[in-house]
Amino acid sequence: MITLGDYLAVSGILFAIGFSGVLLRRNIIIIFMALELMLNAANLSLVAFSRFRLSDNGLPNYNAQVLVFFIITVAAAEVAVGLAIIVALYRARRTTHVEDISSLKF
Amino acid sequence: MPPILFWLFAAVMLVFGLLVIINRNPIASALSLVVCFLGLAALFMSLDAFFIGIIQVLVYAGAVMVLFLFIIMLLDLRAEERRQINWIAFAGGFLVAFALLVQIVAVIGSTRMAKQTFPPLASQQADDVHNVGLLLFGNYNLPFQVIGVLILVATIGVIVLSKRQLR
Repeated sequence: MITLGDYLAVSGILFAIGFSGVLLRRNIIIIFMALELMLNAANLSLVAFSRFRLSDNGLPNYNAQVLVFFIITVAAAEVAVGLAIIVALYRARRTTHVEDISSLKF
Repeated sequence: MPPILFWLFAAVMLVFGLLVIINRNPIASALSLVVCFLGLAALFMSLDAFFIGIIQVLVYAGAVMVLFLFIIMLLDLRAEERRQINWIAFAGGFLVAFALLVQIVAVIGSTRMAKQTFPPLASQQADDVHNVGLLLFGNYNLPFQVIGVLILVATIGVIVLSKRQLR
């Protein structure tokens, strides 16, 4: 049988994949995609907990699913703003490579 | 859901998630991300969260990925040319990510709750759109309206950012 730990482990591996993408890749759009992977890994563990902790009437705990709904909404808004910033950055610098954008570097 | 399907969709999700990171071509990465999100939506449905699964397909695999592909097309990005890799930074980043993975797995392995299976639902027909909607418009009405304002602000912000001259 599938346990709660299986879902949490899959979610943790997905989070680690996204985290390594943020750390290792140098293309700013790929970094952005890896951020989305991390958000979705968090969503997966939230939904797994919502199914695991049933509420009193024997249905899944829908509070967690409402939180996932909010996370998806905020992530969609974040993607729109972030991609607009990337386009503005590309207009100014003609690059999407993070090592070429270092004017704020200490 | 039978265990074989869980492992199948989890494997699809993780393999394509890894391909997002590995691919050199941004368009191939974006398309792998679509498949990864479809696998994730299947996992949501295996947890009886049909509404969230459908929202995942509509919002992520539909709207967000079209936005990504549109921006990649707009910027006319090609496959990255090979650059000199800073091996010390690469090894450091890999080590940090790997340490995080080991910690997560260790924490999951040491909790008793993680070894329990999912309890059966009271009724097989969980009306989850109805229930999520009740919570959303009842208990969480104020956050819901704040989210609406947030989306409005994001829309205005994107329009301002994409003007050619910022004043």
